[in-house]
Amino acid sequence: MTTVAVRPATMAQALTRALRDAMAADPAVHVMGEDVGTLGGVFRVTDGLAKEFGEDRCTDTPLAEAGILGTAVGMAMYGLRPVVEMQFDAFAYPAFEQLVSHVARMRNRTRGAMPLPLTIRVPYGGGIGGVEHHSDSSEAYYMATPGLHVVTPATVADAYGLLRAAIASDDPVVFLEPKRLYWSKDAWNPEEPTPVEPIGRAVVRRSGRSATLITYGPSVVVCLEAAEAARAEGWDLEVVDLRSLVPFDDETVCASVRRTGRAVVVHESGSFGGPGGEIAARVTERCFHHLEAPVLRVAGFDVPYPPPMLERHHLPGVDRILDAVGRLQWEAES
Amino acid sequence: MTVMEQRGAYRPTPPPAWQPRTDPAPLLPDAEPYRVLGTKAADRADPELLRALYARLVHGRRYNAQATALTKQGRLAVYPSSTGQEACEVAAALVLQEQDWLFPSYRDTLAVVARGVDPVQALTLLRGDWHTGYDPYEHRVAPLSTPLATQLPHAVGLAHAARLKGDDVVALAMVGDGGTSEGDFHEALNFAAVWQAPVVFLVQNNGFAISVPLAKQTAAPSLAHKAVGYGMPGRLVDGNDAAAVHEVLSDAVRHARAGGGPTLVEAITYRVDAHTNADDATRYRGEAEVETWRAHDPVELLERELTERGLLDEDGIRAAREDAETMAADLRARMNQDPVLDPMDLFAHVYAEPTPQLREQQEQLRAELEAEAESEGTHR
Repeated sequence: MTTVAVRPATMAQALTRALRDAMAADPAVHVMGEDVGTLGGVFRVTDGLAKEFGEDRCTDTPLAEAGILGTAVGMAMYGLRPVVEMQFDAFAYPAFEQLVSHVARMRNRTRGAMPLPLTIRVPYGGGIGGVEHHSDSSEAYYMATPGLHVVTPATVADAYGLLRAAIASDDPVVFLEPKRLYWSKDAWNPEEPTPVEPIGRAVVRRSGRSATLITYGPSVVVCLEAAEAARAEGWDLEVVDLRSLVPFDDETVCASVRRTGRAVVVHESGSFGGPGGEIAARVTERCFHHLEAPVLRVAGFDVPYPPPMLERHHLPGVDRILDAVGRLQWEAES
Repeated sequence: MTVMEQRGAYRPTPPPAWQPRTDPAPLLPDAEPYRVLGTKAADRADPELLRALYARLVHGRRYNAQATALTKQGRLAVYPSSTGQEACEVAAALVLQEQDWLFPSYRDTLAVVARGVDPVQALTLLRGDWHTGYDPYEHRVAPLSTPLATQLPHAVGLAHAARLKGDDVVALAMVGDGGTSEGDFHEALNFAAVWQAPVVFLVQNNGFAISVPLAKQTAAPSLAHKAVGYGMPGRLVDGNDAAAVHEVLSDAVRHARAGGGPTLVEAITYRVDAHTNADDATRYRGEAEVETWRAHDPVELLERELTERGLLDEDGIRAAREDAETMAADLRARMNQDPVLDPMDLFAHVYAEPTPQLREQQEQLRAELEAEAESEGTHR
């Protein structure tokens, strides 16, 4: 019998708790970014950290993303473990050169002498009614850059566990936080936080026999909803939450697809050159003889992220997912 | 009171929140580049320091010549020479203490060598057998940075981190005139000034960014003036006057070490050679211009000062040159050996632990190598 009441907590609270615990556990952990100090971040994820640990540990920087990441590189060179906040997905682009030319390859350039234990937190994705430049799904850029880990939680517990793992990692981690799940709630006990799982493991969120929905981050809840709705059509869908895009868990994904024989990849990012293409190719290469139908992709359209009043037409929803599931050549079954 | 009744009582006031932040006057650079050699300031220069600088300049000149020769022999993929800029390169390394850090750009292998890194290791990037040939922590020299000015924020972050830890560390970061146009230059200087980080920024204004002259790069009164906008002092120095560069950089390092924050130093110098061995400088500048700079050569300037003051004689000059020849012969011999390469190293340092995806690719390369070895065996 547990004596501690398990209360609902938001993903934002779990992230705050992860940062706080990491800072308390290791004086090398420094949080830095725009508005992370006094304000506690525009999403309040760093709330209270400057007060508890001082402004030298949780620092309001000048407003310059390349400078933030570039100075964090120098801090990591000196043995600190910076956790950088990029305020929004599309605001992270000025830091891209630092990310690609230094963060991702410093270990490699120096034959392992100079690893950079850096975490780059990026709130990403749409669905929050944000105006231009506030809703991008930029994960494909990061995935295409060797030397980075790319991680994204979909649950409150994972937000805590994966962020702790990211900060503990000796490699740079791009930690993508699904904005629209910041206020999603789950029964989660902050006094007994989830054990820190190694980065690179996908998880089956819902077991099913008919087809596998392969997804991550903000689309996981949509897929779970679609799986519920699919029952009415007689489909029993399995949902795999990738959690980590790099490294990629081929094993869990392929085990699921081999069981179900059908797969749909679901993400907000555009489909052309998006993560789904890579995932579909990997699944096809490994599971071809188990597949009853081509691997399909359900994605955002290949358009610049739309204005808020149009975004619901862009984001993959239950209907678009079910429509794709319907095209998985079921007629061959009968 | 109506608006009409208020007429005549209106008194404009300044914006409520405004107040001056910093007095710009002490931050301004001198009207002319600071010089020591051939001026009264040379009287109080330390003869031992001048002699040491001279030996390093002769050494550096020979190093540049040897490295350039190695490109012609196919032993270096490319060499961006710092011939004519040896005073800056050498002084930048000599002003630092052991615990300090140097952040070089790709033209600064001489500074890296002057800091104590083995020349073969310093040239590894340009030979092409790996990117960084030395352990940055051994001599506290960051990897040579090819993307311009991107290493400057690293210097700021490292110096800031050291200060947070209470360590006595100064970072000296090197950049060229072209690099000052990059956004990272701006961001680094801004962060350094806001954080009062112990950093010295050394801009070697050598006249050209490959082919583009300074006039097309900036409209600033001088590059040193840019410091004022960030709230840090800017210093202007004759970059071919080794004693002057050493003095100005030493002052800036001392200032940073004492908690005074960053300084921007602009050294006026000239890239006597082309951008690299792959460049043709005759396409963008005349020989007459180069000649005026050869007449202001850093090695000769110091040699004349020392001989006129009786601090150096023929024997001293010969000894310095012989010492440089020994270094060049050793460098030549070692660079003429083929580096030992292991293709499997491609996967060795991408992550702390290779991802499953990289392991698969590792196996692919291993199989390719085995097949290659097998077919070579068959053809023999």
